[in-house]
Amino acid sequence: MSRLPSRRRLLAIAAAAVVASLLPLVVKAPAAQNTAILMLMTAQLGVAWNLLGGYAGQVSLGHAAFFGCGAYVSTFLLLRLGLSPWLGMAAGAVAAAALSMVIGWPCFRLRGHYFAMATIAVGEIVQAVVANWDALGGAVGLYLPVAEAGWRGLVWNTTKLPYYYVALGLLVLTLLVSAAVVRSHVGYYLRAIKDEPDAARSLGVSLTRYKLVAIALSSALTAAGGTLYAQKELYIDPGSVLPTALSIKVALVAILGGVSTLSGPIVGAVVLTAIEEGSRRAFGGTGRGTDLVIYGLLIIAVAVFRPAGILGILERRRHLAARGEEPRPAPAAGGQGT
Amino acid sequence: MTLLEVRELTKRFGGLVATDGVSFSLGAGEILGLIGPNGAGKTTLFNCVAGAFAPTRGEIRLEGEAIGGLPPERVAALGVARTFQIVRIFRSLTVVENVMVGAMLREKGIAAAERIALDTLAFTGLERSAGDPASLLTVAEQKRLEVARALATRPRLLLLDEVMAGLTPSEVGEAVDLVRRIRARGIACIVVEHVMEGIMPLADRILVLDRGRKIAEGTPAAVAADPAVIEAYLGDGGRAPGP
Repeated sequence: MSRLPSRRRLLAIAAAAVVASLLPLVVKAPAAQNTAILMLMTAQLGVAWNLLGGYAGQVSLGHAAFFGCGAYVSTFLLLRLGLSPWLGMAAGAVAAAALSMVIGWPCFRLRGHYFAMATIAVGEIVQAVVANWDALGGAVGLYLPVAEAGWRGLVWNTTKLPYYYVALGLLVLTLLVSAAVVRSHVGYYLRAIKDEPDAARSLGVSLTRYKLVAIALSSALTAAGGTLYAQKELYIDPGSVLPTALSIKVALVAILGGVSTLSGPIVGAVVLTAIEEGSRRAFGGTGRGTDLVIYGLLIIAVAVFRPAGILGILERRRHLAARGEEPRPAPAAGGQGT
Repeated sequence: MTLLEVRELTKRFGGLVATDGVSFSLGAGEILGLIGPNGAGKTTLFNCVAGAFAPTRGEIRLEGEAIGGLPPERVAALGVARTFQIVRIFRSLTVVENVMVGAMLREKGIAAAERIALDTLAFTGLERSAGDPASLLTVAEQKRLEVARALATRPRLLLLDEVMAGLTPSEVGEAVDLVRRIRARGIACIVVEHVMEGIMPLADRILVLDRGRKIAEGTPAAVAADPAVIEAYLGDGGRAPGP
């Protein structure tokens, strides 16, 4: 939890909001705007993942299943029934929450690494099922109609700018939901479950109930991001919205940025997206995978030196500065972050 | 009035009988000491009452209601709180937040839970550390934090698992004083303890287990003089419990 004084904190939030909303008016190059949109979308997924993986400590490596659920449900309803993507987004979120609870019920019996492994399997299964499901376009995927541009249909053709604001709005919504959860008794319970599940139970906390709350909210918000992706790209297939690589990336964003803070995943998303886009521009087609190599090195560095992530480093420096101490070198590998 | 009634409680782990047909009862506001050599089944008995283990056979009743086999969170809601032999504080939370998690069993509002938590910290003498990360506390303080956290759930019965182990003599004195003040609030306690100078002056009654069976029960003085108890301790290479 951030311990900034509330007035300074409000100012910081207000400043971030102003910068974020005015940014596209200054940065006008389409490529840069597209990168900014990707950063916002990635950040939104990271913040949503963090509710379950960060606060509750249930590391999911299958969140692409929920992302894909949002993309496929809204797209299917749009193609078959002509349903507005806004309603489709809500339907996708509800469907993902329901799916997550069906998955969570058995998987939450597993602890630690076993839970993470089970979620990888679930992600792979969902991907295989959709790839063989003709009504959902199978492995070929689904094309969205190039409809009349505008807010009603959540589609724009000539400019990407409105997507920026939709992504920003979705990120803000995800942050608000997360903040409300974290500040309520549910947030305290999730952190208690992460630290010492048996002690939490002895204090009357039902592990299953609160883990299900966390996964339902996390997956619903992730699905909303999936719908936005479908509306922006106008084409979805299992390879783009359901891959395990996406699940891992979302988890990395949160872990790199810092899992026990609301804004950690935003920092992680900005850094990772910058690496991704930067390496794509620098190496083009020949450098495929360079970004993954850099991700890998970053994760190793975070795991070894600063398990609390990038924000954890900044937080620690501030604490030490407040106490008038110099930052000391990192504890050895496996050291407990405080 | 009987608060807790345990009848013919048996818990097996495969071929091992950890607790074998143990019966006892506990009145409201009473302090029961639970002692015995290592492996006597103290913690197993304790875990059965707390809901961590389901008994293989036998009954556990809290004010007449059967609680044997209920999950720990249900037992906690019915008014049984516990501490852990190896401390399990929430390390990423502050001291007051640890206690708030306990308080939230009865009071979900954050502000109200915080008020209860601060009161409980004052009662247990930890109020000065309220805002500190719980991981910075000393072992003695961490054990007291577990007691505070359990108390914040407003229990009728508190199960204390070796809260005095590893403490200095003066810290043991403070722990004894704390348990007395808890009882003064009308909360019954079962105290599992190896530290005899802690348990002997504290308990109203003492129950002695050896290899899963109850071998003695009575006042601290009577138990300490019991030949079967002396045999159990000396037979294990230990020493007789002295007052």
